[in-house]
Amino acid sequence: MCLAIPGKIVEFDLQNPQLAVVDVVGVRRKVDLGLLQDDPPQAGDWVLIHVGFAMSKISEADAADQMRTLAILGEKEAAMEEVRGYGLENESSPGGTRGFVS
Amino acid sequence: MRFVDEFRSPELIGKAGEEIRRLADPRRHYRIMEVCGGHTHAIYRFGLKDLLPSNVELIHGPGCPVCVLPMGRIDDGLSLTAHPEFIFAAFGDMMRVPGTHGSPLEHKARGMDVRIVYSPADALKLARSNPRKHVVFFAIGFETTAPSTALTILQAKAEGVRNFSVFCNHVTIIPAIRAILDSPDMRLDGFVGPGHVSTVIGCRPYEWIATDEGKPVVVSGFEPVDILQSIVMLLGQLRNGEARVENQYKRVVPWEGNRAALRAMAEVFELRPYFEWRGLGFISQSALKIRAGFAEWDSEQRFSVPGIRVTDPKAAQCGEVLKGVLKPSQCKLFARECTPEQPIGALMVSSEGSCAAYYNYQHHKPVTIANAAAG
Repeated sequence: MCLAIPGKIVEFDLQNPQLAVVDVVGVRRKVDLGLLQDDPPQAGDWVLIHVGFAMSKISEADAADQMRTLAILGEKEAAMEEVRGYGLENESSPGGTRGFVS
Repeated sequence: MRFVDEFRSPELIGKAGEEIRRLADPRRHYRIMEVCGGHTHAIYRFGLKDLLPSNVELIHGPGCPVCVLPMGRIDDGLSLTAHPEFIFAAFGDMMRVPGTHGSPLEHKARGMDVRIVYSPADALKLARSNPRKHVVFFAIGFETTAPSTALTILQAKAEGVRNFSVFCNHVTIIPAIRAILDSPDMRLDGFVGPGHVSTVIGCRPYEWIATDEGKPVVVSGFEPVDILQSIVMLLGQLRNGEARVENQYKRVVPWEGNRAALRAMAEVFELRPYFEWRGLGFISQSALKIRAGFAEWDSEQRFSVPGIRVTDPKAAQCGEVLKGVLKPSQCKLFARECTPEQPIGALMVSSEGSCAAYYNYQHHKPVTIANAAAG
């Protein structure tokens, strides 16, 4: 719950631009961008995600740092489990998001 | 050594250790509190205490949301969903936390519809896909998670989803720090400030700690070098007789925080007059309740909540450990009756709880960076 998970914005939800698909080490899930409305990210930007909501924009280098921090803290698996669980999906399905265009 | 190479700036870790020894006045004993449970976890995992001189002591703070939640709130939440028309939804961290009659997982085994969600938005999704059931989202967390709950409630209202409500246990970090500073048996010299809470609230809310209490605060990242640099910054201020708020975690934490997140929180929540914290007792204006304008999405305004109050198991000394008065291993139950597999107190459940961190890393002495950095 307190994990900050770095992800890259891949594409926006056409129906609801407050949602975007992020890629976290190959796992793609939808997250909510509503907390970044003052400084909306673009496709290709990196964000830190808490409980399914992007909380801050970060640089690519800081995203790599954060993923390594999770790994050395022994939390990377828990983080990936969290990401895979977003959208109530329990199975990992990289590239499994349908209905989006970039 | 291979493990050490994976850290950011491994060469700086040894240097920071040297700098700490240089700055720490051997005639003084420093007590520095790391507020955030994530920092507690990192400190134990990396054995950072072994890098510090014996007169620089780290005290674990109250920043683990699962740990500070009193058992009565878990009982209250579970009592709401006892009827089969309800679904109890919560983050995975909550699932093994003991209530008087067992944890949420044990209630599930006895037939309650209990679901793990990883986002409050998914609890709302559950409500949409189960229109004949009412989903209670058991919300916990500091300012890191509260904005997401706020946006979810706004979304539920916008869509008119009526079979969804939030049992709100969100707490705020500043009053807890104030309560600790007011505690007569606690003497502290400075704070390692929370990293991710500060992405939301920014650094300004800590300024009173420096100006009114005369104690430095350094907002810190989570890697070994971050935490050690933060201690260097704190000791530097203390040596010069200064007390300021500094931001070591600039790469993630903006000084002003996240204004959109603060606006969402202000729209949906107001402060409770008081709230009970495990170990710290009742603290005024320390928790969030849902505003009357969103009463329909507030489990407490919509349903009758028993308001159960439970004292912790007598032998467990969670409160003393939470306040930093006792070390985890000084609790009578530590590693005997109370283990991560069979937790009695919440501090043994969450990986951010100091008891679980101490048990997993100190008790078993795994990889630490101390030897490598010293060598």
